[in-house]
Amino acid sequence: MTVHQLSVFIENKQGTLQKVLDLLKEGNIQLIATTIADTTEYGIYRIICSEPTRAYETLKNAGISVNLSDVFAIRLENEVGRAADTIKLFSEAGIGISYLYSFMLGNNGIMVFRTNNTERAREVIMLNKLDFIAEKDLSKLF
Amino acid sequence: MYLHKEMETMTRPEIEKLQLERLQKTVLHCMNSPFYKKRFEENNLKPEDIKSLDDLRKIPFTTKQDLRDTYPFGIASVPLEKATRLHSSSGTTGNPTVILHTQKDLDEWANAVARCLHMVGLRPSDVFQNSSGYGMFTGGLGFQYGAERLGMLTVPAAAGNTKRQIKFMTDFGTTAVHAIPSYAARIYEVMEEMGIDPRRDTKLKTLIIGAEPHSEEQRRRIEEMLGVKAYNSFGMSEMCGPGVAFECTEQNGLHIWEDYYIVEIVDPETLEPVAEGEVGELVLTTINREAMPLLRYRTRDLTRVLPGECPCGRHHKRLDRMKGRSDDMIILKGVNIFPIQIETILLQFKELSTDYLITLETVDTNDEMTIEVELNEMFTDDYARLQSLTREITRQLKDEILVTPRIKLMPKGALPKSEGKAVRVKDLRKTF
Repeated sequence: MTVHQLSVFIENKQGTLQKVLDLLKEGNIQLIATTIADTTEYGIYRIICSEPTRAYETLKNAGISVNLSDVFAIRLENEVGRAADTIKLFSEAGIGISYLYSFMLGNNGIMVFRTNNTERAREVIMLNKLDFIAEKDLSKLF
Repeated sequence: MYLHKEMETMTRPEIEKLQLERLQKTVLHCMNSPFYKKRFEENNLKPEDIKSLDDLRKIPFTTKQDLRDTYPFGIASVPLEKATRLHSSSGTTGNPTVILHTQKDLDEWANAVARCLHMVGLRPSDVFQNSSGYGMFTGGLGFQYGAERLGMLTVPAAAGNTKRQIKFMTDFGTTAVHAIPSYAARIYEVMEEMGIDPRRDTKLKTLIIGAEPHSEEQRRRIEEMLGVKAYNSFGMSEMCGPGVAFECTEQNGLHIWEDYYIVEIVDPETLEPVAEGEVGELVLTTINREAMPLLRYRTRDLTRVLPGECPCGRHHKRLDRMKGRSDDMIILKGVNIFPIQIETILLQFKELSTDYLITLETVDTNDEMTIEVELNEMFTDDYARLQSLTREITRQLKDEILVTPRIKLMPKGALPKSEGKAVRVKDLRKTF
């Protein structure tokens, strides 16, 4: 019900992001979605990609500080208000969203997020029959 | 002009005669100390072997490690019931150091500080505000008792709350302040914000600065800003605290009171005396102390004795401004910090690698410490966990070293490796 996400510690120094992207390119890893927030001293570069486990090994072997974690990825219909309706299901269940980012894939929106209560979030997804993306689907997304 | 005319104006032969008398008395008294008794026996040395000042060199050095090894009271030369106060160094890493005082020691200490303050022109009509931390930090009580001994009105403002400090200065007509140099600059900044002109709105004329390395330029800047004369003070808790050496109105070197201390300058490698006027490690022997005399104590401070006579008429030797340390001790905001204290704390965090880099720098007028630490591995995918790690490291370090460092997380491999002689401390402060 979840997908692997890479989280790379990025020092606020010219060239560090480039190095990570070059390594993934050399490893023939396809990026699906990435996000990085700005902080003054460091950033966490979050990546959803075609083969996360292999990508993780590639970066780790190159000495990059990288973390592999599980996040939810929910497919939404391309209509006004779908994000609001979906998040409401979680907030009404008392689940907090730790972080969220989204992207378009074909005609659908994809919301990637982590909650503060994974077990309850799973229940919400099942009960409401939300269209989640599973790990095995990642390589078929494009 | 002199508070203790007889002591302050002694000629060199008179000083040396008094020193020998006091040294012999001190050495004899030290045989009440289990530590020195054993040390003399091990070296086949007897108190009566000290027949001249040169014989001092037969006595082995005393080090900070000796103080730690005999923690808390093992060097004391009096039974505990004769002692009336102790001061202890900060830190919980390894044993701290403890100095015991009898009432007589405290009296003599107050006399020495009073002599210093009088030397720079302070009189009972002055109002003396002490902006240094009280408690174990000797700059608090040390100056307090010295200023009271001189008979000034004292304002024990202690550290912090700068606006309140400034209000005291204007309301009480403070004429003299003791502060660490970076804090003196801070006081001026806040005065500016408050629209207070120190020349117009205060009666400040004298500033005592010490306990933190600073340059001549820094002193001149502080004098210019506040419209005062700033005098350099040198002390250390092992030698009571402030009052060891002090500038006179010539502002050219710090007279060290040789009726209290015997001065040696040695090469920190060979431990042999350096040539006259050369820089070396300051070694001090207390000759006017009861509870805990220290013989040939290695201060680890690097300095030299200034050649020539001082026009002020005192023949007590003058020490040059401290040139640095022969060990890795950091002095920041008046606090003594050893990198090992920081390292010990950092090693407790399994999220961190063993590599770290301490940078000291002057930001505006403030000296600050930044510690770069390496993540062992990226253990999380969110900012909150990294921030709480940073906060926890900061909190634990603050508890240990008493100043708040800025913690900078780095990815693994970003810092110099610990093999060989990695640089652990970068001092970029504008001091020497």
